[in-house]
Amino acid sequence: MTDILIKNLPILVVLCPLMMSLIVVLIPNIFLSWLLTLVSTFVAFIFSILLYQEVQIYSSISYALGNWAPPIGIEYVIDKVSIIPIIIITLIGFLTTIFSSKMMPNEINEASISKVYSLWLLAIAGLIGLVTTGDAFNLFVFLEISSLASVALVAMGAQKDKQALVAAYNYLIIGAVGATLYVIGVGLLYGITGTLNMADLSERIIDLKNNKALIAGFGFMIVGIMVKAAIFPMHIWLPKAYAYAPSAVSVLLAATATKASLYILARILFSIFDISDTLITNTLTYVILPLSILAMFAGTIMAIYEKDIKRLLAHSSVAQIGYITLAFAIGTKASIAAGFIHMFNHALIKGALFMAITSISFYIQKRVTLNNLSGLGKTMPITFFCFVICSLSLVGLPLTAGFISKLYLIKASISAEGIWIALLILFSSALSVIYLWKMIEALWLHQPKKKIIIKEKPIIYISLLVITFLNIYFGLDASFIVDSSFEAAEKLVGVSK
Amino acid sequence: MISLETLILITILSPLLVCLLTPFLSSKPVLRDILGPIGGIISSWGAIQLMISVLNGDQPRLELLQIAEGISISFVVTPLGAVFGLVASVLWIFAAIYSVGYMRGNKEANQTRFYVFYAMAVHAALCIAYAGDLLTLFIFYEVLTFSTYPLVTHKQNELAQKAGRLYMSILVGTSVILLLPAIIWVWVVTGSLEMSQNGVLDGNINPEYAPYLLAMFVFGIGKAALIPIHKWLPAAMVAPTPVSALLHAVAVVKAGVFTMLLILTNVFGIEFLSKTGASNWLVWLASFTLLTTSIIAIYKDDLKARLAYSTISQLSYITLGGALASSLATQGATLHIITHAAGKITLFFVAGAIYVGAKMSKISELNGHGKSMPLIFLAFFIGSLSIIGVPPMGGSWSKFFLMLGAAESGYIMVIAVFCISTILNAYYLMEIPARAFFFKKEKEIKVKIPVLITVPTLITCVLTILLFFFIEPFENLTSIMVNNL
Repeated sequence: MTDILIKNLPILVVLCPLMMSLIVVLIPNIFLSWLLTLVSTFVAFIFSILLYQEVQIYSSISYALGNWAPPIGIEYVIDKVSIIPIIIITLIGFLTTIFSSKMMPNEINEASISKVYSLWLLAIAGLIGLVTTGDAFNLFVFLEISSLASVALVAMGAQKDKQALVAAYNYLIIGAVGATLYVIGVGLLYGITGTLNMADLSERIIDLKNNKALIAGFGFMIVGIMVKAAIFPMHIWLPKAYAYAPSAVSVLLAATATKASLYILARILFSIFDISDTLITNTLTYVILPLSILAMFAGTIMAIYEKDIKRLLAHSSVAQIGYITLAFAIGTKASIAAGFIHMFNHALIKGALFMAITSISFYIQKRVTLNNLSGLGKTMPITFFCFVICSLSLVGLPLTAGFISKLYLIKASISAEGIWIALLILFSSALSVIYLWKMIEALWLHQPKKKIIIKEKPIIYISLLVITFLNIYFGLDASFIVDSSFEAAEKLVGVSK
Repeated sequence: MISLETLILITILSPLLVCLLTPFLSSKPVLRDILGPIGGIISSWGAIQLMISVLNGDQPRLELLQIAEGISISFVVTPLGAVFGLVASVLWIFAAIYSVGYMRGNKEANQTRFYVFYAMAVHAALCIAYAGDLLTLFIFYEVLTFSTYPLVTHKQNELAQKAGRLYMSILVGTSVILLLPAIIWVWVVTGSLEMSQNGVLDGNINPEYAPYLLAMFVFGIGKAALIPIHKWLPAAMVAPTPVSALLHAVAVVKAGVFTMLLILTNVFGIEFLSKTGASNWLVWLASFTLLTTSIIAIYKDDLKARLAYSTISQLSYITLGGALASSLATQGATLHIITHAAGKITLFFVAGAIYVGAKMSKISELNGHGKSMPLIFLAFFIGSLSIIGVPPMGGSWSKFFLMLGAAESGYIMVIAVFCISTILNAYYLMEIPARAFFFKKEKEIKVKIPVLITVPTLITCVLTILLFFFIEPFENLTSIMVNNL
């Protein structure tokens, strides 16, 4: 029994939320649909832990879907690289589902809740599938599943604020353009290599150096994924989508959605193609590196001038994505590992910050802006405490998870490219103190206009506390994430680099 | 016999324990207020034991926590650290007693919060003193900044908020943008975060880059308050006086210059510095800061502001001592950490006493009040003499060694700088007792100074005199430090 379970884990981790989404849509009861969602995300999380243990033993697990051996059939691959985003997605999926129990009924009418949870599971399943699949076209399918589900989820915010419709529409159109570009790229590669299996692709393109179609295909794929990963300047869909989505959806998307796309980016750059290829090194130094630096500063500066807090955090996400792509762009083993470390830590940080802000908006029943944060620090001590810890983690204060990512990122950039990139990273993270400090000051030092009495509910703050705890825990004992990221980087670029 | 590891733990954890226990005793003010001095006594006992063990040639070491491979939180008691740890913990006893008198006498709000962060800051300072590697040093450097922010903004008014913002932006900004990459640079070139008695950079870094790395350290350590990153210190004077006294005359700024000395001696190494001349520019920057801020101090009428600028100037003595890259100057700089701390804390205690007792904070208001507060002004007089460097006060030793060091490394101009600065010191400090004792009183004020304020002030004042006669153990410590070189 357990043997069969273990053997089929790579597909079960995707199927569990996917199948459940079909069941949940039929259930009219709010509580029951939430509970089923919770159970399936929890099971998916357990599966991902089991997979992690498997990967520790076998290093790479290949699963042939329907027993059709790759490269003919679709292959699912779980190795030391893909396990990191899988854990992020399932962990955050589980925690945000707990968090959503009070948020959803507050913002969405009773009749649509089961549909929302169905979409919710579909989005999670899509993201997991995206990461597990070893097939370039299957990847496109999952990319669309997760994107369309996310678009629909964002649009659900319209029940509270009509702007959500515009945001969802933007997201849909730009996302569709991105996906189309990607699939054109895949088509071109398929045309010249005759395979869709990623491992197979990477072997067959070695002989095709300087093939024009190959270069074009690569370009299409990269740009398509960059749109999905919200890499500056293709991030324009992101701030609005995050800002107007229903609360729990913002948390889920902010913590997971772009991470999966960033993982795909790394896969294409380093796994399908080869880091020693001049095509890749040129893309890294002349495209991704400057864009990342721009993203770091543009996102941060936009955040400084933003008054709406959800949008502010979304702009900050653009900057943080910049750090991750910057790490990839430096292109050494240490820097790619740093990128993965930050991918993981940023999911924890941004998830927690969005949770804190959306729970504040739940209590005050308003959109959260800088002005109506005044004095709430004292009325909501637990939320405030978590918010402060995670803000410090975002800045990269010692003893938090964020520090570990900054540390490795800077170390990698100093040892690779010289000191100037490190200084830019630190300068932009020092700038990020400004917007975080504005919020903390408003929460802590400003006096409220009128007295608000709030009683914090455990069901809302429990997941916030867990993520905050993880932020501190991974700041004190980072060996899990550091070791797995270095193994992932080694898998991607080889031992030598 | 208690092992050395336990001793380190006792010393650094007792303030943390005070910090954690205080919130539970907020309804019992007497118990709460007695915690600080008790913590101070325990922690000083530990610091003294550690110092004795260092004098006997040991090097206590403790690895607390491994964060990831190559990154850990560890503690080592170096001679320099033993000095700073002792200063911070011993003066905490008196500052804790004093702050009880001050906070009560001034009827300040949020006293529990104040004591919590006060103890937290001392904890951070002690962890800096015994930091075993660069990362531990950096971590607690930041903890110290963040724990003092609620103290600086204690009054929670507009002015305090503005000062708090300046305080945080300079200290956090410089440390994150410059200190952290400098540390990581050292990590990259040497392959570890460890420091050693002789420095770790020799042979690992191209000497051409050394001045730039040093500049990143120097401007990254905002707490050492060199021009142009000194502005946070005068701004921080909005805090209640016990904070200015212990933290902004002892713990925080001394953590800054301590870090600076540690970097100069244990990362760069005196030999490396004198061989490559990487710190030559720092000699002039420190001299410039030293003189400029002394001149600014003359024009400050607010007593605490004048003391703040005087502090900046005195900190530059220590940085200068390190930058001279000679063993005598390093000894002098280390001794100056002790003697200046004892002297300056006395002066700040007096400033607070005058504020609590007579509600005066301007120097021009002090005319003729010497007779109503004789002991307080006598303490100020003695403390000033020590800062100026007149025997028989402790301060004379450190200045003596610093001048010897300047001669040893051949900077004749620096000796002149020391002399000019001594005259300036005398000019701006002596004005205060002179006005109090010799000027005519302008108006009668009822003066009432709590005993809990007077006693610690007198004790630290006596300490400055005792330091002159009992400097030997400290001098031995510093010679252990330089003999190892």
